Amino acid sequence: MVRLFGPLVGLFFAVALLWSFGVGALQAIREPEPATAVHEFHLHPKEVEFSFNGVFGKFDRAQLQRGFQVYKEVCANCHSLKQVAFRNLTDLGYSEAEVKAIAKQWGTKAKTFDPKTGETGERDNTPADHFPPVYYAGSGSPPDLSLITKARHEGPEYVASLLQGYQDQPAELIKKFPDAKTPDGLYYNPYFANLNISMPAPLMDGQVTYADGTKATVKQEAEDVAAFLTWTAEPKLEKRKQTGLAVLGFLLAATILAYLAKKNVWANKH
Amino acid sequence: MSFPWANEYKPSHPLMQWLDEKLPLPRFVYNAVGAGYPVPRNLNYMWNFGILAGVCLMIQIVTGVVLAMHYAANAGVAFDSVEHIMRDVNWGWMLRYAHANGASAFFVVVYIHIFRGFFYSSYKAPREMIWLLGVTIFLLMMATAFMGYVLPWGQMSFWGAKVITGLFGAIPLVGEPLQQWLLGGFAPDNAALNRFFSLHFLLPFVILGVVILHIWALHIPGSSNPTGVEVKTESDTVPFHPYYTAKDGFGLGVFLLGYCAVLFFAPNMLGHPDNYIAANPLSTPAHIVPEWYFWPFYAILRAFTADFFIIPAKLMGVLAMFSAILCWFFLPWLDTSPVRSGHYRPLFRKFFYVLLVDVLVLGYCGGAPAAEPYVMISQIAATYYFLHFLVILPIVSSIEKPAPLPFSITEAVLGKDEGAVLTSNPAAA
Repeated sequence: MVRLFGPLVGLFFAVALLWSFGVGALQAIREPEPATAVHEFHLHPKEVEFSFNGVFGKFDRAQLQRGFQVYKEVCANCHSLKQVAFRNLTDLGYSEAEVKAIAKQWGTKAKTFDPKTGETGERDNTPADHFPPVYYAGSGSPPDLSLITKARHEGPEYVASLLQGYQDQPAELIKKFPDAKTPDGLYYNPYFANLNISMPAPLMDGQVTYADGTKATVKQEAEDVAAFLTWTAEPKLEKRKQTGLAVLGFLLAATILAYLAKKNVWANKH
Repeated sequence: MSFPWANEYKPSHPLMQWLDEKLPLPRFVYNAVGAGYPVPRNLNYMWNFGILAGVCLMIQIVTGVVLAMHYAANAGVAFDSVEHIMRDVNWGWMLRYAHANGASAFFVVVYIHIFRGFFYSSYKAPREMIWLLGVTIFLLMMATAFMGYVLPWGQMSFWGAKVITGLFGAIPLVGEPLQQWLLGGFAPDNAALNRFFSLHFLLPFVILGVVILHIWALHIPGSSNPTGVEVKTESDTVPFHPYYTAKDGFGLGVFLLGYCAVLFFAPNMLGHPDNYIAANPLSTPAHIVPEWYFWPFYAILRAFTADFFIIPAKLMGVLAMFSAILCWFFLPWLDTSPVRSGHYRPLFRKFFYVLLVDVLVLGYCGGAPAAEPYVMISQIAATYYFLHFLVILPIVSSIEKPAPLPFSITEAVLGKDEGAVLTSNPAAA
């Protein structure tokens, strides 16, 4: 039974597949897929030498603090950071008193609600609070940035490249794809998935004044905030890599011993 | 059951003798994975992967049970509760990465285990039941992994659940009500998330039960081996302990090195970035792809792009995808060659390697966007896939001239077997 029906079922699927193949091939010959502007002009992120890359990678605390400053003074106007709490900022090298001050001075206050009177109000943020939500009334919907570097392919490089990628639309693109002209209210950026992003260029040279005297070029600001957002997405990155080195070291030793034990046990059986 | 020359369990300590009378658990272990279980002496490292699959199941159960203590299966907070595990739970990041990559490691190991079975025809009599139970485990694993991927409630979780449950909607007449019944609604939401969580917790223990049956069935004829020649005498075997405990110990070390390298240094390599975006029913991702271990079957599903007579393309895809695994159940009866090992089957061996490449190609196409040339490549690859199992295998096994087999396992290992001389040429004795 199996040997009778098996080949019949197999041939049934094979014929159906070849039918699909034929229909698809005919379609492809009649109407070849048109080239698109996205296909030709989209760019992959640029390589960036981050301190946290590699097996021994570590965060550069000064860079994280600069990146936080960029987030606070620029990004935070539109983008929330809801997975991160103010208390987490001690990881960046801030003291508890500094974290308290950062939380207290944060522009958007924490909302309060008194269940007895039904009154709503506001209070200063504390280190225990997460970064408050951001309400954005303009066009587009700025994503929460807590996980952005893990939510994009090659996230840290993507963020750094995107922030430096604003430019005029190439004349070549408009000549070849007249329909793909960037619409009003959007901005051309070849690192963005569909080339046209709602966010205007957020960074320019000297946008922030770094306390440590680092020159605030667009490249510097973009890489600093990309490093900061890598920390917000993966705050345990350093601990992970350090633990991994210890684990692999132990396993390597144990595996060598296991190999020698195996050789010893099998010595007279080959 | 075992071979007559198996060592007998003889406890020397009075306490162990007492225990052996009341509850012979040490005897059971001794006969299952101890010195009381004779195993062919010529097993190569391909025979390591059964043990490794068992280790993976244990890793998944232990990490999964602890993760369940911190996870909240509610559509409103599920995504944030996973981030809570990653940030605020002690070693939570390690548990979650161990569990997510543990699923991938489990599938790597099981795919190698299955292809070992293909090459050495491990499914042939008297081991059909081991094979049938093994394919059942694989199906249960796929269901478990799919539901587990939904739990973080990211974009791929949500849209993956929508696409896969949508497959049931392709079934004529009952499809749509069936899909709504499975999801508990018109689209994945809290009801679906809760039942997936419940089943994701239950199914690993069902898998464990079937694994016990799988190993029980294995211990009746004993392991197959790379020659495919059955065990004849004591010199063909060695006791499981210490020989295979030592060999498996080394294999386990190599496996853990690879697994931990990914876990600690590239934990998101096998995941999809979109799953770090919270589920949003109003925003469809550009490419909806399942986890890598589903890619070959996903490619078969998507290969059916044209209606076939009265059967809609989508239904054909669903039927083919399920048939692609279900046909494995019939392998013991499709492959009729009396020779097991691919080493002695020159024609079969060639087709085996074509199948291996074919499945890798299908896997690559399944992970690629649904565009040309990937669709056309997967159509050709899927055609070969079905022809291989259902047409080529029965034909090859009946026309092939196998190479001569060694007389025994001992002869294959040592180049000579005293017993062979005695049996094959009685006059010389």
